[in-house]
Amino acid sequence: MDSCNCIEPQWPPDDLLMKYQYISDFFIALAYFSIPLELIYFVKKSAVFPYRWVLVQFGAFIVLCGATHLINLWTFTMHTRTVAMVMTTAKVFTAVVSCATALMLVHIIPDLLSVKTRELFLKNKAAELDREMGLIRTQEETGRHSRMLTHEIRSTLDRHTILKTTLVELGRTLALEECALWMPTRTGLELQLSYTLRQQNPVGYTVPIHLPVINQVFSSSHAVKISPKCPVARIRPAGKYMPGEVVAVRVPLLHLSNFQINDWPELSTKRYALMVLMLPSDSARQWHVHELELVEVVADQVAVALSHAAILEESMRARDLLMEQNVALDLARREAETAIRARNDFLAVMNHEMRTPMHAIIALSSLLQETELTPEQRLMVETILKSSNLLSTLINDVLDLSRLEDGSLQLDLGTFNLFAVFREVLNLIKPIASVKKLHVSLNLAPDLPEYAIGDEKRLMQTILNVVGNAVKFSKEGSISITAFVAKSELLRDSRTPEFFPVPSDNHFYLRVQVKDSGVGISPQDIPKLFTKFAQTQSTATRNSGGSGLGLAICKRFVNLMEGHIWIESEGLGKGCTAIFMVKLGIPERLNEPKLPFMPKVPTNHGPTAFPGLKVLVMDENGVSRMVTKGLLVHLGCDVTMVSSSEECLRVVSHEHKVVFMDVCVPGMDGYEVAIRINEKFTKRHERPIIVALTGNTDKVTKENCMRVGMDGIILKPVSLDKMRSVLSDLLEHRVLFEAI
Amino acid sequence: MEVGQMQRRLVDYTKSLFMEGFLDAQFLQLQQLQDESNPDFVVEVVSLFFDDSEKLLNDLTMALDQPNVDFKKVDAHVHQLKGSSSSIGAQRVKNACIAFRSFCEEQNIDATLRCLQQVKQEYYLVKNKLETMLRLEQQIVAAGGSIPMIELGF
Repeated sequence: MDSCNCIEPQWPPDDLLMKYQYISDFFIALAYFSIPLELIYFVKKSAVFPYRWVLVQFGAFIVLCGATHLINLWTFTMHTRTVAMVMTTAKVFTAVVSCATALMLVHIIPDLLSVKTRELFLKNKAAELDREMGLIRTQEETGRHSRMLTHEIRSTLDRHTILKTTLVELGRTLALEECALWMPTRTGLELQLSYTLRQQNPVGYTVPIHLPVINQVFSSSHAVKISPKCPVARIRPAGKYMPGEVVAVRVPLLHLSNFQINDWPELSTKRYALMVLMLPSDSARQWHVHELELVEVVADQVAVALSHAAILEESMRARDLLMEQNVALDLARREAETAIRARNDFLAVMNHEMRTPMHAIIALSSLLQETELTPEQRLMVETILKSSNLLSTLINDVLDLSRLEDGSLQLDLGTFNLFAVFREVLNLIKPIASVKKLHVSLNLAPDLPEYAIGDEKRLMQTILNVVGNAVKFSKEGSISITAFVAKSELLRDSRTPEFFPVPSDNHFYLRVQVKDSGVGISPQDIPKLFTKFAQTQSTATRNSGGSGLGLAICKRFVNLMEGHIWIESEGLGKGCTAIFMVKLGIPERLNEPKLPFMPKVPTNHGPTAFPGLKVLVMDENGVSRMVTKGLLVHLGCDVTMVSSSEECLRVVSHEHKVVFMDVCVPGMDGYEVAIRINEKFTKRHERPIIVALTGNTDKVTKENCMRVGMDGIILKPVSLDKMRSVLSDLLEHRVLFEAI
Repeated sequence: MEVGQMQRRLVDYTKSLFMEGFLDAQFLQLQQLQDESNPDFVVEVVSLFFDDSEKLLNDLTMALDQPNVDFKKVDAHVHQLKGSSSSIGAQRVKNACIAFRSFCEEQNIDATLRCLQQVKQEYYLVKNKLETMLRLEQQIVAAGGSIPMIELGF
C-alpha cells in the first residue's frame, strides 16, 4: 500500500482502547447532532426565546463539534490525506466557532442571570401586593360590618332590641364565643350583667365597679385587652380549655341633657356600661387592630342609640300626660258649661216667678197707702213698701249682674241729652241730700256736648249709684259732681295703666268725678270695693243697707261702655272721690243737609286769642290762601304767606310757631316739605307745629301726614271757631291729631 | 231809599242766595273775618276769586280745545278752581267742579266739555249775584249805614 498517501493512526486500530474511543466518538457525534435538533424543536415551540443569534452560534458550534467527532471515526483506520484535511478543517472551524460562542456567552449569561433575579423580585412584589390587598379587603369588610351593625342598631328605638341586636351582630361578625354587656346598677357602685349572647337569662351577677381592670377600661376610649381571668370575663363555664382573648370596651350612657354639648367624651359625671367580647377558646385567634376598631365604633353607636331611645321614651311619656290633661280639661269645661246653663235657666225662671209676686206686693201696698189708714197701719204699710222696694231692687240687681257676667247684656244705644241726665240725677238726689244737710253741686264743662250716643238708662244708673254712695257715706259736708270731656293726656292715667283709651273721630270720653267729704275708705279696702257682695265693715256703714252689688254693677256697665271706674281716698275720715270714664258717641253734626242750614253766628269770644303768634301759611291757591290768612289775622296772628314749597323752606324759621300747609294740591308735595322741615329743626321745641290743610281726610291722607311727622290735619274749609279751637289745642298740647 | 230799607233788602237778598244754594256757610265765615282792622276783606277775597277763576276758566277752555287733551293739566286747573270756590263758599261752583273732576278721571272728552260749560254757567251766575250783593253793601255804606250781620238760624 504505498502512494495512497494515507496517514497511519498512532495506535493500532484493533486495540481495545481504540475500540472504545471509536464507539465514544460515534455516540458523541450522535449527541452533538441531536442536541441542535432538540434545541431547534423546543425553541420553535416556545415563543419567548430572545437569543436566536446565540442559538445559531451554539448550533453551529455543536454541529461542527459533532462533525469533528464524526470525522474522527475515520482516523482510527488508515485514512487518506483528504480525510485528514477535512478533519483539520472541521477542527479549525470548530475552534473558531467555539471560541466565538464562548466569547458570546460571556455577554449573555449575566443577562440570563439577571432575568432570573428580576423574576424573583417580581414574585416578591406580587406576594407583597397580595398581602396588602388582603389587608384592604379586611378593612373594607370591617367597615361594611360596622356600617351594617350601625344600621341594625339604629333601626330600632327600643332599648332591649338595640342591645340584643348589638350583641348578636357583633358575635356574628367577629365570630365570638361570648359577648356580654354589664350595666351600672342604680346605686352606681356595681356593674350588673344585663345581656349576654349565648346564655338566655343571665343570672344577676354583679361586680363592684371600682376594680382596677374596670377603671382601666373606663378611662380609655379604646377597646382594651383584658385578662380572661378577671371577674367580668369569667362568665362562661370554666373548662380545660385555653380561653380565647378577651377585649372590653366602655359604652357611655348619655343623659338627655348631654346632647347640647358637642364633644361628649369630656364630661365628668359619666356613667359607663361595659361590653366584654371573648374570642373562641382554643382557636389561637388574636384580636386584630381592625376588629378592635370595629368594636369601638359599635360601642359609640350603641351609646347614641340608647340615648335616642331614652329621648323617645321621654317624649312619649310627655305626650301621654298631655293627652290625659286635655281629656280632663275638656271634661271640666263641659261641666262648667252645664253649670252655667243650669244657672241661667234657674235665673230665667226665677226672674219671672219672683217678679210677679213682688209686683203684686208693691202695687197693692201703694194702693193701700192711698186709702184711709190709722197712723199705726200707715207706718206698717210704709215699712212693707220700703222693704218690698228694697227686695225688688235686690232681685233686679242680681239678675242684671248675672246677665252682665254672662256677657249677654247689651247696651241700648241711643241719642240722649247728657245734660238732662245729670240734671235728673241731681233732682233725684237733692231731697235726700237736703235731709242730710249735704250740699250738692254740679259742674259741667263748657266743651261737654249736649247730646251724646250711649245707653242713657245705664249711664244714669251708674251716675246715680256713684252719687248715691257719696251721699250715703257722708254725714255732713258737700258733694261735688264734675263732668268734662277727657283730653288725650288725661286719658292715660298712671293709676290705670291697663286702660288705653283711643280717641277717635266720632267718640269722646266722658269723665265724671264725684267728690264727697264723708268717712272715706282705708287704702286696703279699695280693691275690694268692686267685688260682689263685699262690704267694708266699719261701724258707720253697717246700718246703711245696700247689698254690696251696686259698685260691682257699675263697674260692669262702665266696662261695657269701654271705660274705667275707680275710687280714690286718702284714708278714713278724709272723704273719697269716685271717678269714671266712659266712651260715648258724638251724634252726627248736621253739616250738609239738603236745606242750607246756617249755624248761629256765635258772639264774639272776646279779644283775639293769639296775639302776635307767628304763623306760616303755604297754599298754592290764591283765594284759599287769602281766606286762611284772613282767619288767622282775625285771630290776631302774624301771618306770612308763601305759595310754593321752595319759598316755604326758605322762609321757615324757628320764629314761626305754626305752619299750615295745603297738602291736597297735586304736584306740590306738602309731605316733602314736612320732611324737610323736620330735618331742618332737629330740636323738637324749636320746630314749628305743622298742620295739614286738606280737602279729604281719608285714611291714606291721615297716614301719610302722620308718617312725615305732621302734628295735625284740618279739613277745609275751616271755620273761625274751628281754627280757634285747633290753635288753642295745638299750642296747649302740641298735638292734635285731627279736627273735622 | 233809606238805610234801613236797604239793609233789609240786603239781608233778604243774601238769605235768598243761601237758600238757593249759591253760597254756603263758608261765606259767612268770610264775613265774620271782616272787622275794623280789615274792613274790605270780603271785597278783596271776592275780587281775587273772580280774577283767579277767569284765568282758570280760560286755561281750561284752551286745554280742552287741544286735539290731544292733557287731562292731568285739566284736572290740576279744576282742582284749583274747586279749592278757590270752596274757600269762598261758592257752593254750586264747587259741586260742578267735583263732577268735572270725576269726568276728568274717566278722560271723557264730551262729558268734560259739558262740565266746563256747567262750571262756567255757575260761575257767571254766582259772580252776578255777588256783584249785586257787594253793590248793595256799597250803597249802604255810602248812605252812612253799617252792613248788618247775617244771623240765620233755622
